[in-house]
Amino acid sequence: LRTYQGHGYEVLDAAGSFDNSQICSGGADKAVALWDVTTGQVVRKYRGHAGKVNCVQFNEEATVIVSGSIDSTVRCWDCRSRRPDPIQVLDEAKDGISSVKLSAHEILTGSVDGRVRRYDLRTGQLFSDYIGSPITSVCFSKDGQCVLAATLDSTLRLLDKDTGELLGEYTGHRSTTYRLDCVLNEQDTHVGCASEDGHVYFWDLVEGSLALSLPVGQGVVQSLAFHPRLPCLLVATQGQVTLWREDSFQPEGDPD
Amino acid sequence: AAVESSDSEEEDLVSYGSALPPLQEGERIKKPVPLQEQTVKDAKGRYQRFHGAFTGGFSAGYFNTVGTKEGWTPSAFVSSRQKRADRTILGPEDFMDEEDLSEFGIAPKDITTTDDFASKAKDRIKEKARQIAGVVAPIPGTTAFDDLIGPSKITVGVELLRKMGWKEGQGIGPRVKRKPCRQKPDPTVKIYGCVLPPGLSEGSEDEEDEYQPENVTFAPKDVTPVDLTPKENVHGLGYKGLDPSQALFGVSGREHLNLFTGGSEETSHLLGDLRHSKGRKLGITGQAFGVGALEEEDDDIYATDTLSKYDTVLKDEEPGDGLYGWTAPKQYKSKKRPEREFKYIGKILDGFSSASKSSAPIKIYPPPSLPRNYRPVHYFRPVIIAGNENCHLQKALEESAGKLESDPAQQSRHALNAAQRREQLGETELKGPAPSILEYLSEKDRERLKEMKQASEQQMKAKIVSQQSPNSRFQPASPEGAAPKWRMLLGRELANAGSSDFKPFAKNPEKQRRYENFVKSLKKGEKDTLERFLDPNMTEWERGREQEEFFRAAVFYRSSNSTLSSRFTRAKYEDDVDKVEVPRDQENDIDDKETAVKMKMFGKLTRDKFEWHPDKLLCKRFNVRDPYPDSSVVGLPKVKRDKYSVFNFLTVPEHTTSVTQTTNEKIQESNSLNKPKKPSRWDVSDKEKEKKDSISEFISLARSKADVQQQPPVPATEECGTGTRETLPTLVTNEDKNWEEESRRPPMDLFKAIFVSSSDEKSSSSEEESDEEQQPATSERESETTKQADVPDSSSSNVQESVTATTDSGISSLPTSKQELDATEEFGPKLPPAFSSGRFCRHLDSTFPGPSRKEKHRKIRERHKTKKERKHKKEKKKKHKKQKNKGKQKNKKTEKESSSDTTDSSDSLSDMDTTGLSPKELLRR
Repeated sequence: LRTYQGHGYEVLDAAGSFDNSQICSGGADKAVALWDVTTGQVVRKYRGHAGKVNCVQFNEEATVIVSGSIDSTVRCWDCRSRRPDPIQVLDEAKDGISSVKLSAHEILTGSVDGRVRRYDLRTGQLFSDYIGSPITSVCFSKDGQCVLAATLDSTLRLLDKDTGELLGEYTGHRSTTYRLDCVLNEQDTHVGCASEDGHVYFWDLVEGSLALSLPVGQGVVQSLAFHPRLPCLLVATQGQVTLWREDSFQPEGDPD
Repeated sequence: AAVESSDSEEEDLVSYGSALPPLQEGERIKKPVPLQEQTVKDAKGRYQRFHGAFTGGFSAGYFNTVGTKEGWTPSAFVSSRQKRADRTILGPEDFMDEEDLSEFGIAPKDITTTDDFASKAKDRIKEKARQIAGVVAPIPGTTAFDDLIGPSKITVGVELLRKMGWKEGQGIGPRVKRKPCRQKPDPTVKIYGCVLPPGLSEGSEDEEDEYQPENVTFAPKDVTPVDLTPKENVHGLGYKGLDPSQALFGVSGREHLNLFTGGSEETSHLLGDLRHSKGRKLGITGQAFGVGALEEEDDDIYATDTLSKYDTVLKDEEPGDGLYGWTAPKQYKSKKRPEREFKYIGKILDGFSSASKSSAPIKIYPPPSLPRNYRPVHYFRPVIIAGNENCHLQKALEESAGKLESDPAQQSRHALNAAQRREQLGETELKGPAPSILEYLSEKDRERLKEMKQASEQQMKAKIVSQQSPNSRFQPASPEGAAPKWRMLLGRELANAGSSDFKPFAKNPEKQRRYENFVKSLKKGEKDTLERFLDPNMTEWERGREQEEFFRAAVFYRSSNSTLSSRFTRAKYEDDVDKVEVPRDQENDIDDKETAVKMKMFGKLTRDKFEWHPDKLLCKRFNVRDPYPDSSVVGLPKVKRDKYSVFNFLTVPEHTTSVTQTTNEKIQESNSLNKPKKPSRWDVSDKEKEKKDSISEFISLARSKADVQQQPPVPATEECGTGTRETLPTLVTNEDKNWEEESRRPPMDLFKAIFVSSSDEKSSSSEEESDEEQQPATSERESETTKQADVPDSSSSNVQESVTATTDSGISSLPTSKQELDATEEFGPKLPPAFSSGRFCRHLDSTFPGPSRKEKHRKIRERHKTKKERKHKKEKKKKHKKQKNKGKQKNKKTEKESSSDTTDSSDSLSDMDTTGLSPKELLRR
């Protein structure tokens, strides 16, 4: 529909705002860009990261962009004011940030130093869970009680958010070098993760057993996103994006 | 058809070039045209005849005349009346042939480097080289013509450099701050060899220093590439003929003819001198040729060559003027120092200089001489348990091993310490130089103590006849066991660690000296004399603190030694600030967590929890109330710490005390899980989950269902009581981890040590707590002592009387007699003989913070504490169950079990109890 041009190097992550009016993106040019969807113009560009920006996220109201970078900092950028510098820099990580997720009052970061950090703004606390292997992706469960973390030892771990205990462990896929995504489906019944062998694996969240492996392509499945409400999966691999739905799905109007 | 096909084949072929004419019959092969008959033609077939050099080398125009055969073509007349404006100005190209404009012509139109872009200046180094060559050449000055011949181009690179501010003669690189180039010695006063008086060069530099403004920087020196010329002649090494510069320039004042100067020096002299002697008339002068009529220098005509002018030894050459590179190290040799043996060979970095004082040579001690009957191979003797039926066998074995012991009870005499042996032999204690705490107290305190002692002694005598020395009353309670522990650690680890280069107290040389002494003594193993190195002028508290610091520094050094490789990280703090901001809470050690992760014991062990202050604006944007409305901190709270304090290196979060306590509990509880069956983690999670979270509940339900089928549902731990439910979950996650990881977890020692100190400073209430912690251990200890030292059981009944007083704090008015009786027994057998009990006391006192007046009370209290412990012990022993509350029951049970098999070692460590760790854990370490 529209191409958004303006990054100097490759774009590593992008996220849309809640009202689909804005897009934020971060790339290897160390900048975080805020785009206007309709005009296709860069509204703002935030510079300050010392390395590639691995991941960007909007907060719920799209007032803050949180970006995680290879320079081991997470920066919170203000979308409202014209401030050029971040609101806050979370520099607790010892290594690059690979994944950032936000809930209403929490910032969840996964770092290559093997820790999942959760910054709770409401209580003013930082919880740091050590997992060991470099973390490629983190995400909240839909009920906000659990944290799913994918690591480079080809394992997904489901941790209790409050205590940090291990609730489940999911293996079977291959993830050793790439920064692969993990997802939970719309009802928190299954855990999904991209794999380097061209499949997308789904596990039963409770049983921990492999429920499904979707052959997507030959190469590495690079990105993965699940629709927040519908059983609908978006997969990116090697220059192609595929949308997966269940068999019974009849396209009704415009998807997404 | 065949012909056709062949024709078509020929048509398909592609032919290149012109075919040679077919050879005629009888015709001979052409000879190649000789060189003189070859002609050069240009592109148009015209002959290019070569002319003499004066006409440009080859013909131009039409047979060297005009442009065409017809002669000059007159240009058509154009009236300048109309075309005045565009009157063309003819350039040289208008008169050139087209060949001249081609690639190889004299004015090629292709893109080449024109002279405009070439550097205008001459290459100086080349010039110098040429000059040298000219000087050395048989006919001097011949190379002067070289300058005339050929344009000297300077490359674009040089041009660019010049645009950037580079000037001829400078080196390339950032500007440096240094003294200006030393003045070249006057060419007329030339000095060869190394007889340069040492004051001269340095002195002149010093003088120039005064004229040197501070903020002036200089370009680096130019580096003349040193060309290494191979030796092609058959002269002796280092031989050179007559120095041409001497001979040619008629230099006067030659005092010393050095035959052994290296080539580089010669070059440098040449380079330097030529500049100055440029204006001089070149000519053949000097001794070899006599003095000409036009020469002024006739002073040296009849110079005699004496041997004193020659070097008799090969020496280092004089430092050159600016030649770095392979000759560089020689430049920095200082001549003042007599000792030249130990020299750093190699380039010395800027800003560094070699040490003026060489470090003292490392003393090497000879290894201990082996006993004559020493066998380097260990052989195992069959272990026979004493007391059972094969007594005879054992005896026989012992006799065969040369161990003739009459008394079987003394078999374990190596396990006894001096006090026990003394007791068995019925001796009185030596009064002599036994290290006592009293030596380290101030006079006043000593006085006071004496009073105390006397009073108590009288009391004691009145009550009971004790064979025990009064000194042993000052056995420290276990919290002070840290010092021996340090020593143990250090004694083991520091023995081979050369920590001379580790200077944690570099800021305070006095302190550093003390620290070094301390470490040295540790290494030597004189463990009794630690306090000797402390400053006698300091207060007790300071001393204690310093000692603590030393211990930590030493331990840190030790631990860093082993783990340094894996822990390198970039510098966190700037070097030039004294105070650094340190995050108050740091994520503690990863080692623990890794093992926890390996065991899949996620949860508390892998989790760190910090206070974190979000930015106010961030809270606002997230629509969240600021959790810390009145704090200005953002991020993790930080503390200012002295950068050079050891505590920086050993940063331990303040909250660890509580954490260790809790973990301690956990660990103790985990000890109880030594049972064959281990409950699965899913079991646990289902029990702990009281929260109504959907997923975890879901999971746990499902899991527990599955578990019920898989294994008998009752975890072994549950039989011990209902109160354990709450703490159970964490416990289960911890248990495996603790078992496995403790073997390699040195950093916990640090925690413990710090915990000791903090508990030291705490009030008596905290001691109470720690007392509670000790209980399991002491029970163990008690069982051990009774077993080993054959304590009559009556003592237990004695102490039972005092059971009622268990809950009272510190100073109770109990009779001191009973624990006097036991004191030696308690500490006797467990301690390794190297750590005498006296030292415990000392360390305790020196580390005890506070005015010395308090110390007395402290001691008393400690005495009572041991009393109390004893009480606890007895209590436990007698009525085990009564004492327990809050699920501690099972700990003790298991501890008791475990104590039966691992008693001895655990006892030796049991003095560390108050660090908040169970002996069990320590044991595994």
